[in-house]
Amino acid sequence: MQKATIHLESLACPSCLQKIESAVKGLNGVDKDSVKVMFNSSKVRVEFDSEAVTIEAIEKAIEDLGYPVIKSKVRSA
Amino acid sequence: MQRYILRKKNQITLINAILIVLGFFGRFALDNMMIFNVSLIIASILGIAPIAIQAYQALKVKVVSIDVLVTIAVIGALLIRNYEESAIVTFLFLFGAYLEQRTLNKTRSAIKELTELAPESALKQMENGEFEEVDVDDVDEGDILLVKTGAKVPVDGTVLTGEGHINEASITGESVPVSKAIGSEVFAGTILENGTIQIRADRVGEDTTFGRIIELVEEAQDSKSAAERFIDRFAKYYTPAVLIIGALVWLFTQNVSLAITVLVLGCPGALVIGVPVSNVSGIGNGARNGVLLKGSEVINDFSKVDTIVFDKTGTLTMGNPEVAEKEFYGEDIEQTLGYLASVERESDHPLAKAVLKDIGETTFYPVEETEVVKGGGIVAKVDGHRIAVGNVALMEKENVVLSEEVRKDVERFEKNGNSLVLTAVDGELKVLMGIRDQIRPGVKQDLQRLKKLGVKNLVVASGDNQGTVDLVASELGLTEAHGNMLPEDKSAYIEKLQDEDQIVAFVGDGVNDSPSLALADIGIAMGSGTDVAIETSDVVLMNSDMSRLPHALGLTKATARNMRQNIIIAVGVVVILLTGLIFSNWVNMTIGMLVHEASILAVILNGMRLLAYRL
Repeated sequence: MQKATIHLESLACPSCLQKIESAVKGLNGVDKDSVKVMFNSSKVRVEFDSEAVTIEAIEKAIEDLGYPVIKSKVRSA
Repeated sequence: MQRYILRKKNQITLINAILIVLGFFGRFALDNMMIFNVSLIIASILGIAPIAIQAYQALKVKVVSIDVLVTIAVIGALLIRNYEESAIVTFLFLFGAYLEQRTLNKTRSAIKELTELAPESALKQMENGEFEEVDVDDVDEGDILLVKTGAKVPVDGTVLTGEGHINEASITGESVPVSKAIGSEVFAGTILENGTIQIRADRVGEDTTFGRIIELVEEAQDSKSAAERFIDRFAKYYTPAVLIIGALVWLFTQNVSLAITVLVLGCPGALVIGVPVSNVSGIGNGARNGVLLKGSEVINDFSKVDTIVFDKTGTLTMGNPEVAEKEFYGEDIEQTLGYLASVERESDHPLAKAVLKDIGETTFYPVEETEVVKGGGIVAKVDGHRIAVGNVALMEKENVVLSEEVRKDVERFEKNGNSLVLTAVDGELKVLMGIRDQIRPGVKQDLQRLKKLGVKNLVVASGDNQGTVDLVASELGLTEAHGNMLPEDKSAYIEKLQDEDQIVAFVGDGVNDSPSLALADIGIAMGSGTDVAIETSDVVLMNSDMSRLPHALGLTKATARNMRQNIIIAVGVVVILLTGLIFSNWVNMTIGMLVHEASILAVILNGMRLLAYRL
């Protein structure tokens, strides 16, 4: 399992949270319980199985919603 | 294409506004309905594009968002040819979003300032011995780093060579430079104000004190109380429900205009954003002022506190006894003090240390035939004189005569809560010193402020003897004082208070009192910034500074109040709009959107007030 912290451009609407959360949870290989979108710090914390999904795929899912990713940090958990 | 449109949202908003102005100019100045309709239709279509894209993306992940409501409403308005409303609603929505973003960034600024203090690069010693600049992520434990004047210390470490003064404000909130020399600990995010040092990295990245503080604050600002979680769940079903109600209204009344008005009115803006905004501002204010509040639950609990229990007299006093009063009798005081210091130098008793510290520089003499009298003091031979240092009992044993004057002084010193150290040279009393643990400066005022803020009981539960505790309590005006308490006694005492339905805060250093910290409704750690206490407590006062406590309490009260105000604003607006819609006809789609956006801005601005909160 890998643990990622993804910095986003600052989030303004609370409904963004729902969208991002659903989008990331919908990916294969993402641990659904670990997904945490933080409104005020504009960050996503997620654990994922690096064999099933890449960090790039997760970033793309978020960017496709219209929320630019600033940078991600991945650590092994 | 989609992303392009979203990125250009601000420009679209501007064009949208210009077109609307042009349209109204055409209608009222030129009396040209053609210009009016065309420009408003273009404005509507332009304006709805980014909103519709967001709505589509939300639907794709099965979320009914506000964008969905607005998109349907605007399309509905276009279909019934109400171009005026469709254009203005899109403008208000986009412009509102822009203002929200701007103001929200303000509320987050305090915490952002904090995270921006994080060091980014370091000068690391390479294999060839040279120092090269590297990204702070590339520093490992054990690396040797060079820190120059004006630079940030990149990691937590130990000074290997050099010395300098470091501003530790980012850790302690206290911007007094601290001097560092070989062997001193330095912390990431602090700034070397002068000097050059080399350090060994002990902890890096998120493991540093600074990294942990940032992580805690970030978690705190996004932690949710039970009420907020309820609002979140509510909002999740609320928006789809509004959509269904809109559909029902249309089905039964066949009135499209009314149905789309319902959609716009139903947008849950202020309710969802109001509480997080208060939260982030309050926590941000705390972070700036040396108070870490761990989340909105803590804020709620702490704002209602009844009783504050202090874990020891050391929190309220300086913790090291000092000579508070002294009297000299007879001649040759200089020499006597030299004898006294020479004797006390042999002892590691806390009173002896206090005496030595008070005397300072003096001439020392060789000490012979030292004899420790249990429960009395020390008798020794110095420079050919018999020196007795100790309490009144020792003086009596040594047959030292205490004059009427001395007896009066002794009585006065004791009444002031001093421990006495008397010094006799060859059976003649020379020096009387009163030593006590001094109250920390400002503590008394701090405690009074706490009382003024509505704390009913201030209690000290200490391991010290009852006498000392009583004295501190009466000097500071505490409500209760309990001495001789073991850590388990303290937690039992807290439980007893909680059984009496009191909300209890416990102030401690967290090392041996962690059961009490955990048990209390609010555990307040006096952290020097490095303690494990940071993890176990709910509130951390940086730099062990008591004076932050009244600020912390006042701030949580203000924040809790702010949250309630925001909930009232949000709910009130919805109620007023709905009543307006049902019982009169002044509410239309445009007014609905205007009020909706205004209420969002109102709660954000209200939250921002907390950033400036001062006690």
